[in-house]
Amino acid sequence: MNVRPLPLFSAAATVAFLIALAAALSSQTAQPPSLTLLSKDGRRALPLAMAGDQELVALDDLATTFQLAVREESLGALTVSYKGKTILLTPEQALASVSGRLISLPAPPTRSGRRWLVPVEFISRALALIYDARLDLRKASRLLVIGDLRVPRITVRYDALGASGRLTVDATPRAQGTVTQEGDRLTVRFDADALDVPTPPLPFQGLQSLVQSVRVVDPTALTIDLAPRLGGFRATSQPVDTTMRLVIDLLAAQADSATTQPAPPQPPPDLPPAFAQPASAIHTIAIDPGHGGDDEGVRSAEGTKEKELTLAVARRAKAVIEARLGLRVLLTRDDDRNVPIDERASIANNNKADLFISLHANGSMRPATTGAAIFYAAFDRDAAQTATPGADGRVPTFSGGSRDIELVPWDLAQTRHLERSAAFADLVEQQFHDRVPLSAHPIDRAPLRVLESANMPAVLVEIGYLTNPDQARLLTGDAFQNALVLALLDAILKFRDTLTTKSVSENDEHALSRPAPPARNGPNTQVVPREARLPGAREALLGRAPGGTP
Amino acid sequence: MSRRALAIAGTLAVAAACYVLLIWLPRWTSRATTGAAAAPSPVAPAPPGRKIKARLFYVAEDGMRLTSVERDIAYGDSAVEQAREIVAAQIAPVVEPLVSAVPPNTTLRAVFITEGGDAYVDLSREVVSAHPGGTSNELLTVYTFVNALTTNLPAVTAVQMLVEGKELDTLSGHIDLRRPLAKNLAWVQ
Repeated sequence: MNVRPLPLFSAAATVAFLIALAAALSSQTAQPPSLTLLSKDGRRALPLAMAGDQELVALDDLATTFQLAVREESLGALTVSYKGKTILLTPEQALASVSGRLISLPAPPTRSGRRWLVPVEFISRALALIYDARLDLRKASRLLVIGDLRVPRITVRYDALGASGRLTVDATPRAQGTVTQEGDRLTVRFDADALDVPTPPLPFQGLQSLVQSVRVVDPTALTIDLAPRLGGFRATSQPVDTTMRLVIDLLAAQADSATTQPAPPQPPPDLPPAFAQPASAIHTIAIDPGHGGDDEGVRSAEGTKEKELTLAVARRAKAVIEARLGLRVLLTRDDDRNVPIDERASIANNNKADLFISLHANGSMRPATTGAAIFYAAFDRDAAQTATPGADGRVPTFSGGSRDIELVPWDLAQTRHLERSAAFADLVEQQFHDRVPLSAHPIDRAPLRVLESANMPAVLVEIGYLTNPDQARLLTGDAFQNALVLALLDAILKFRDTLTTKSVSENDEHALSRPAPPARNGPNTQVVPREARLPGAREALLGRAPGGTP
Repeated sequence: MSRRALAIAGTLAVAAACYVLLIWLPRWTSRATTGAAAAPSPVAPAPPGRKIKARLFYVAEDGMRLTSVERDIAYGDSAVEQAREIVAAQIAPVVEPLVSAVPPNTTLRAVFITEGGDAYVDLSREVVSAHPGGTSNELLTVYTFVNALTTNLPAVTAVQMLVEGKELDTLSGHIDLRRPLAKNLAWVQ
C-alpha cells in the first residue's frame, strides 16, 4: 500500500457526518432533476421543475428549508420574509425587490396549481442577500452549498503519454488531496467537507488507457480504477491560482524500465542541487502553446484549431519532461484563453526559465505544403536602430554602496541568446529526423514577436501544416504527438549536455564567464519594460546581434 | 410709357443678373471645382499608357517562400504615387498559377514615405480579418509588401504595415510589425 501522507482534518464528529454524506451520495443518481442541498446537517434534495431550459424551484420548498414566510398579497404580489427582511416578487415580472433593492431574475414567478415556482437563480440573487448563512449555488452541478462548507469543484483530465499516462485532478478552491494505492485502485481523498464533481468525473478513455474509470464512492474521495498493467505512480500537488492541482503520473509496467533509462537522476525541482554535484544548466522550461481564446490560429478543413492542438501537445510535453527529466515545466497557458504575446515572454522571464519553446501549427496558401520547421529570432539591424535604446546602469544598494546591473531592453532581450537558440534549433531538427516530418526549410529565422523578449534560448516550433489535409489528420494523432514530444525531450537532453560541457557559443562571453546556468537571468540581470529603457547598451546589443537574414 | 418700358427692362436686367449671380455662376464654379478635384488622382498626371516594369511577389510553389514576377504597372510621377501603384498592383487579385499572399479584398488606404526611406503602407482591415494565420502565411504576406516596395523603389529601405491608419503588433500573432522591416530576399526563391 502506497501512501502519501497529507494533513489530517477530520474530527470524530466530522467523520460521522461524512459517513452519513457517503450514504446520501451513493444514492445520488436521482433521475428527475433536483437541486442537492449541502449543509452541516447533511445532504438533501430539492425537486426542480423545468420550463424549457429554465430550472424552477417551488417557493413552498424553499420556505420549509430556509424557514421563510411566504405570503400572497391581495394585489397579486408575493412577499418572502426572513428574520424581518423581505423580498417582494410580482407575477409576470422577472424582477425581485430585495430590501428595497431591485434584482433581475431570468424568468418571472409562475403558478403551478397551488404552488408558486421561482427560477433557481432566486436563491443566489435574492435569498442569499437576506439569509444569514452563505448560499453558494453551483448551477452547473445543481448543487447548493449552505454555510461555510469546503466543497471544492473537482475536474479530472487524463493525458495518454505513450504507454504511460498522466491524471490531472484540479480542486477549486484549493483542497489538498491524499493519494493511496490498494491493488489496482487509487483513492484520492480531499481535505474537504464534500466534493462538487461532474458526472461522469472522466469520460471513458478507451481500452489503451491506464485509467479504466474514475468514480465518487465517498463524499470526499475519488476512486480511480487502474488497468492491471500499471507499474507505479508518482503524485505531486501544486497550487495554481485558486486551484490545487494534483498530478498523478502513471507508469505502465513494461514501460517502466524504458522510462528510467534516458534520464539521469535529477534532484526534485524545488530542492537546490547537492553541494558536490555540478549544477544542471537547465532547471525550468517554459512551453508556450500558441494562440488561445478568441485567437484560434490556423484552422484545418476538418475543423482542427491550432489553439487546441498546441495546448494538447504542450500538456503532453510538460507531462513527459516533468516525469522523465524531473525539470520544472511552465505552460504560458493551460486552458483556452488569449494570453497577450508580451505576457507569454514575461511568464518565462519572471520564472527564470532556462529554455523557451513556443508551439504552433503552420498554414500555407499552398495546400500541398507540409512539414515541421523550427524558427529562432531574427533582429533586423536597420529596424532595431529605430527602437528606443537601453542601458547598463548603476543602482544604489541597501548597504550604502552601488552595484552594476545589466539592463536589457524588453524587445531585444533575445539578442544575447541567439547563438544558443540557434544551437537548440539545430538539436531539435536533428532529433526530428526520422521521427517528425520536416519541411523543405526546417530551420528559419524570422522577427517573431514572442521570441524577441525571451531572456533565455528560445525557439518556435511549427509542428506541421494544418492546411494540408493529410498532415492535419497526422498532427492530431497520439503517435505523432508522442514522437514529437519524445524528440523534443531528447533535444533538451542534448542541449543540457552541451551547456554543461560549455561546447556551445564559444563566442558568447556570457557562457564563458558564468559558471552558473548560462541561460538563466543572473542575479544582476534585469529585463526592463519598453517604457523604462535608457540610452547606452543598445549598440552593444546590436553589435552582437546577427542580421535578419534567415 | 417709355418709363414703364424702362422699368420692365430694368427689372428683367436685375432678374438676369440675379440668375447669373445666384444660379448659373455657382453651378459653373462647382463643375470647375469638381474637375479640378478629379485631376490629382494617382493615375491622371501620367501620360496615358505610360508604364514601368516592376517586380511583384507571390507565393512560390513550395508554399514557404515568395517568387517574383515582372509586370508592367502604371507610372507614378513621385515616389509616393509610384509606391501606391506598386501596392495597388500587388494586392490586385491574381489567377492560377499565381497565388497571392495578401488576403482577398484587402484594399490600400494610403502610402507615406519618410525622408529616412521608411514607407508606411496603410491597408484595410481585411489584411488582418481575412488572414488565414500560420507563421509561413504571415511571413509571406509581410514580405510581399516589404520586398515589393524596397525592390522597386530605391527611395524605400524599410516598410511598416498599418491597418486602418493604426500600427499593429502582428497580423496573426507571429511577425513583429511594430517597426519598419528592411528588404529581405531570403524569403524569395
